Amino acid sequence: MKLDIIFAGVGGQGIVSIASMLAFAASEKGFAVKQNEVHGMAQRGGSVACHVRISDKSVWAGIIPKGSADFILSIEPMEGLRYAGYLSPSGIIISGNQPVKNIDYPDENRVISAIKKHEGSVVIDTAALADKLKNTKAANIILLGALIKKIGLFGPEMESLIKKRFASKGESVVDINLKAFNAGMSNI
Amino acid sequence: MLLGDEAVAFGAIHAGISAAYAYPGTPATEIQEAVQKYSALHPDAKIKADWSINEKVAYEEALGCSLIGLRSMVSFKHVGLNVAADPFMSSMITGANGGLAVVPCDDPGMHSSQNEQDSRFYAFFAQIPCLEPIDAQEAYDMTREAFDISERFKIPVMVRSVARLSHTRGKVRFSGEQKQNKLKIPENFTGWNVLPSNARAQYDSLLSKQADFIKWSNSHPANRIHIEKGAATGVIATGLGFNYFMEAASSSGGASYSYLRVATYPVPEQKIRELLKNVSTLIVIEEGNPLIERLIWKYIAETGKKIAVKGKLSGDLPSAGELNTESVRVVLGLAALKSSAAVSSDIVRGRPPQLCKGCPHADTFYALNKALAGKTEKVVFSDIGCYTLGFYPPFKAIDSCVCMGASVGMAKAASENGLKYSVAVLGESTFNHSGITPMLEGIKRKSPFTVIILDNSTTAMTGGQDTICIGEDLEKVVLGLGLEKEHLRVVNPIPKNLDENAAAILQELEYEGPSVVIARRECLQIR
Ligand SMILES: Cc1ncc(C[n+]2csc(CCOP(=O)(O)OP(=O)(O)O)c2C)c(N)n1
Ligand code: SF4
Repeated sequence: MKLDIIFAGVGGQGIVSIASMLAFAASEKGFAVKQNEVHGMAQRGGSVACHVRISDKSVWAGIIPKGSADFILSIEPMEGLRYAGYLSPSGIIISGNQPVKNIDYPDENRVISAIKKHEGSVVIDTAALADKLKNTKAANIILLGALIKKIGLFGPEMESLIKKRFASKGESVVDINLKAFNAGMSNI
Repeated sequence: MLLGDEAVAFGAIHAGISAAYAYPGTPATEIQEAVQKYSALHPDAKIKADWSINEKVAYEEALGCSLIGLRSMVSFKHVGLNVAADPFMSSMITGANGGLAVVPCDDPGMHSSQNEQDSRFYAFFAQIPCLEPIDAQEAYDMTREAFDISERFKIPVMVRSVARLSHTRGKVRFSGEQKQNKLKIPENFTGWNVLPSNARAQYDSLLSKQADFIKWSNSHPANRIHIEKGAATGVIATGLGFNYFMEAASSSGGASYSYLRVATYPVPEQKIRELLKNVSTLIVIEEGNPLIERLIWKYIAETGKKIAVKGKLSGDLPSAGELNTESVRVVLGLAALKSSAAVSSDIVRGRPPQLCKGCPHADTFYALNKALAGKTEKVVFSDIGCYTLGFYPPFKAIDSCVCMGASVGMAKAASENGLKYSVAVLGESTFNHSGITPMLEGIKRKSPFTVIILDNSTTAMTGGQDTICIGEDLEKVVLGLGLEKEHLRVVNPIPKNLDENAAAILQELEYEGPSVVIARRECLQIR
């Protein structure tokens, strides 16, 4: 078993935190795992990506080679497209639909349809789902739910991890994040 | 799951360090932050881990601990070692008492840096041992080991990291914790006083240790060698280059190679000789500048054979930027992996980092632009920090940026050599780091320049570490350097003050002597 996943987005969107949850769950299950993160200048509103590599053998490189990614999980649609060249022939993009327009942004519809051109790729209405949950910052956890559904592994581990990670912030925060996770699971 | 940086921190903590010294800088920052976190949670451990004012001081602090027999670590980004180069190069003469590990983190690809430089060359230059981990576990193990061999050889030891190691998480198994050393004053200070007569003897001793270093390196288990029967191609890979090699070789479609990973320096000569025995082509894969590719000729000459060498110098691997599995596949002669897609480049746009909305620096830039409007004989010398982004539109407020603190000396010299409007713009952390000495010079020489210090009370660029001297204390420092009181202006950079601030800056620009404007407002990201 081998899973190469690129998490893409804009600095400050919570990419590192969902990537680390998946990496942690897989590592606890005994898989070899490496997770590369971005720290530093790019976090200042620039594009950021985080690579998670999971394998039942050994993982050598911390970054995913082009042509090898099984999934690109993008909180911001154009950022997902940026790494399309990393997809393996069967790889897909799972993207949210909320653009971050801190630059001269391309036509949104073209971005979305370019994502959908990659066979099997999905754009999730994170805008509407987050709205329903009354939590504008839930997009990352929603997408994590969608990814876990697609992978078909680590579901229960992720729920208990959400409970653990958000426990210090109170029950209602745990609850919202569990709901967001399940919304992602059931909307893909 | 620990970051490479965190693994380095725990390696040092479990090796019994008494202190860690550092100045923030990507990709090294998380080392010190991890020590600080540990030290806050375990006050009984008594580990000092404050931020130092700059890297030279950090190095000297670590060396001071070593002199009194304690273990200490010093870490910074690669260019930090340039700042610390003076004590670093002298410390190979003094040697170490308590274990001293120096951990520079290189940034091939310049993700967050102004240059690419390979710290292994510094280890080579200083003739000290260097370890090069390739994953978080090794970052932990090798940092621990660095302290042991530092004490065994009585010499500072380098652990070299790079961004992709510092910032990659992996599982780490800890080994037992060692107690801190007891303070011990040296009985004899001749080694610690580099008067030429002492230094000559110390240098001889360093030279005589080289053979021991090589022996240690020859037998180090991380220098893994594999001889493939019948393979005419041999590979020497170092650092993350070894990971990319192993990854590429695992889907090589049957091609196989003899290989040697070099993980310790000076290089394990015996193993290099063993590898060369069997090959007619040698591929050298190094993350950083070619070091082994330059050293290898001596060993090739010894074989008396003709061996072709492929690497960065030969143009078979790219000289700039990071290695990756793709470029290593190319040098190995393997086909590229197939991808389903090309990037739709007409849709995807660049997204460079930007100043936060409402950042105080933006208001200072607008005021400075207004003060300089219509003036032609002007240069805005700037520096390194969030404010370097003021180079881009919509601000276009700054011109040069060279290295930390350079703005002050450059502006001072330009002003005394005829430039009418000569301005330095730098953050307060950069000023603390290396702006104070050139400012003292400029003030004492009465140079007609203006320094704008952007006091956002934090080292923002690297994630908001506290700056030692800010606010009123900073004013006192500037006045203490001898600046005339009426030419120190403190302004509040908010949109409403634009005209007032521009006028204050303009007044100081017109003054034909040294002047300072402190633009003081907190960074928005301060927690
Ligand atoms: C020698 C050296 N050490 C460290 C760094 C990393 N670094 C870049 S900018 C900076 C400090 C920024 O702080 P400040 O000057 O206060 O500006 P701010 O980012 O807060 O605007 C640091 C530490 C560097 N580039 N060079
Ligand atoms: S982090 Fe602070 S100093 Fe840097 S851009 Fe944001 S507000 Fe400005």
